[in-house]
Amino acid sequence: MQKITRDVLVEKAASLLENGTVDRVLGWKKGEFDYDLTPAVFTSADDLKDLVWNDFCGANFSKYLIANTKKSASKVLVFLKPCDTYSFNQLLTEHRFDREKVYAIGIPCEGMADISKIKAVTGDGISSIECGEKINVTTIYSDDTVSFDLSDVMAERCVNCKSKKHVAYDELIGEEGDVIESGRFDEVERIENMTADERYAFWQNELSRCIRCNACRDVCPACTCEKCVFDNPNHSLENKAPATSFEEKMFHIIRAFHVAGRCTDCGECSRVCPQNIPLHLLNRKFIKDMNTHYGEYQAGAEVGSRAPLVNYTTEDVEPGDVFEGRE
Amino acid sequence: MYRIAKDSINLLFAKIAEENALYLPVDNEKGSSEYKKWEDGTVMSEKLNTVRSPKDFFFPQVENLMEFKTEGKNIQLIDIREDSEDFVVFGVRACDVKSFEVLDNVFLNEPVDTYYKNRREHGVIIALACTRPAETCFCGTFGIDAASPAGDISAWMTDDTLYLEPNTEKGEKIIALLGDLVTECGAEAVEAQQESTRRIMKKLPLADLTTDAFGGDKTEEFFNAPEWATLSESCLGCGTCTFVCPTCQCYDIKDFNTGKGVIRYRCWDSCMYSEFTRMAHGNNRLSQLERFRQRFMHKLVYYPANNDGMFSCVGCGRCLAKCPISMNIVKVMKTLGGKNNG
Amino acid sequence: MQVNEKKPLIVAFCCNWCSYAGADLAGNNRLSYPADVKIIRVPCSCRVNPMFVLRAFQRGADGVILCGCHPGDCHYTSGNYYTRRRMAMLFSMLDYLGIEKERTRVEWVSAAEGAKFAATMNDFAQTVAALGENKRLEDLRCKR
Repeated sequence: MQKITRDVLVEKAASLLENGTVDRVLGWKKGEFDYDLTPAVFTSADDLKDLVWNDFCGANFSKYLIANTKKSASKVLVFLKPCDTYSFNQLLTEHRFDREKVYAIGIPCEGMADISKIKAVTGDGISSIECGEKINVTTIYSDDTVSFDLSDVMAERCVNCKSKKHVAYDELIGEEGDVIESGRFDEVERIENMTADERYAFWQNELSRCIRCNACRDVCPACTCEKCVFDNPNHSLENKAPATSFEEKMFHIIRAFHVAGRCTDCGECSRVCPQNIPLHLLNRKFIKDMNTHYGEYQAGAEVGSRAPLVNYTTEDVEPGDVFEGRE
Repeated sequence: MYRIAKDSINLLFAKIAEENALYLPVDNEKGSSEYKKWEDGTVMSEKLNTVRSPKDFFFPQVENLMEFKTEGKNIQLIDIREDSEDFVVFGVRACDVKSFEVLDNVFLNEPVDTYYKNRREHGVIIALACTRPAETCFCGTFGIDAASPAGDISAWMTDDTLYLEPNTEKGEKIIALLGDLVTECGAEAVEAQQESTRRIMKKLPLADLTTDAFGGDKTEEFFNAPEWATLSESCLGCGTCTFVCPTCQCYDIKDFNTGKGVIRYRCWDSCMYSEFTRMAHGNNRLSQLERFRQRFMHKLVYYPANNDGMFSCVGCGRCLAKCPISMNIVKVMKTLGGKNNG
Repeated sequence: MQVNEKKPLIVAFCCNWCSYAGADLAGNNRLSYPADVKIIRVPCSCRVNPMFVLRAFQRGADGVILCGCHPGDCHYTSGNYYTRRRMAMLFSMLDYLGIEKERTRVEWVSAAEGAKFAATMNDFAQTVAALGENKRLEDLRCKR
């Protein structure tokens, strides 16, 4: 259960809209089935009746600030969960939006639910979901309500949450949290410990499901190129579909590489993948390697920090030596 | 109507696979299902439907069309078309069966797409009736009866029996191939199942959704609707909806330089992409609003205008389940057409 | 050493200021290295972005080697330091995806090191030959 209620957010947003501090509010809008919330822009107190804050508000609004700050005459109000604030800072580091045009409210987050974990238990046919102390789910197939603890159906990225601390905000609602130790590199290590053949088979299987919808790229707060190389018809590597297994790998290696050092590990890529490819495991591999070889670094922890790949020391590890200690 | 005990279904699959490549939905380790080629030991998925639609069987995401070889100053064109294998797709849902009709209108009308036609002629569809539709299902909106799927053979699975009803010559041939494996029977059990499914369909949250507000003559009414701005506001411009959609049929034709020649291929394209239908003069849809509008206008207005009022959505619900921002055709229909757009 | 019938194709990205001159020197000194090493001259080793490496594999390379000035000797002061980090990360990622780590290498070769250039290429060609054809990063369209 989330620590603050929707009403707190609505009240806050309404008063900021009313006193003219902001003219746009970024928030989660009610969907058809209680779990399919759409990131939306609210411009009036009346609109705010559809604003929702519950265990399904996974979407990260940081990237939307790029477009919305340009549309706003005053400021844009954005609600940021702790992990969102890292993306927020990273975008500021890259000068992607004007900080002066944003009113950021940090809100505490207890983790977000993954609807597929709920459906794995209840099956299809959900007729209602109530988020309270427990997540109560009813389906059209049964008169019984199935209750879940949030912790049992939490998204992977929230299970391995790296921080409950807001690293950027104008105003904070609720208590400030801390950076936490997480097991987010455990799965990376598990893969590293496989044999090369096993690793190859693992990724071949995962990446072969890719339909190249580009959702992972388009949702990524670090992917903000005006024109992606893969969309550029003048570039010989442009491709719209994974024509061969090479192109599958090419896209995903380059996608992850291009955000290496800038990826805050917000996990949006894996959340949106329609084929459930664990894309975060590519990003985390880079983060882990950079931490190991170039010192601990958390993208977005502060504005203006220099990412490992645009930095160097004269004593860096040689490319041939990064495998040391591994098969 | 014919029947076979559910326990013996592997015998049925094996028999079909003797003369055809057989594909059916199989669970993957991620808990979703996808079409896979049957081999001994393959277990059919119990899931309602696959993430990726079966349109790949007839209109694959990537398809090589022809090759060019260059030698000196000569270019040689190589026709690489081959007769498709005979194949059977088992377990296609009613909505997806209908989607083939939508694709047929595009690819089998003049000028006929020979690549598509080739596959269509060699493919047999065994459609499986739904018994447990999801909240995202709204095939009824488009006049599809999930309990009575079309296809070359319609099939119904009960707790212990699979029922088969051939609808076409191709279907009859499969039944003939099955020979003694199936026995003729009455339709009582099937009718009971259909009745129960239809009762469930009425309880679905989207059961009341109608298409009354839409149709081929609605271009002017909707094209400049102010609602498009809000609907498309947070669209990421990814291609998830179009690529999981069973009816989206846009493609791009591209050349791949292999270093020794050129492969001309086609691949799915998405109207959500910035480079979609880019021409010499540039792009004709510059904003995401225009691209977003194109997709839904095509499904609800333009396509019906060219195809006797048939909509190019079948209500499978894939885009509802998979859109990263949960914006979808149902929200568009309800916003533009009124509550239930009735 | 196991020698495959098909000789491995190797793409060597050489920086203009050191390694390319090193290759020249190897030639002038009549030092032999495999003819299947195809040299691509780049202004600086840091001109090579990961797509160059992947693209080389796609187009049929069995091994890719980058040669640049020794750390500290970059014509542009720091280019090869960036190369070092980038390629370290890229090679580690390729290994993570199960692609043989012996197929990629970075070597620092100065303009005076003709002998090192030839020795490096001979050694790399042998290593790659032992691995056989590049299967895991191949694009079948480029192979027919």
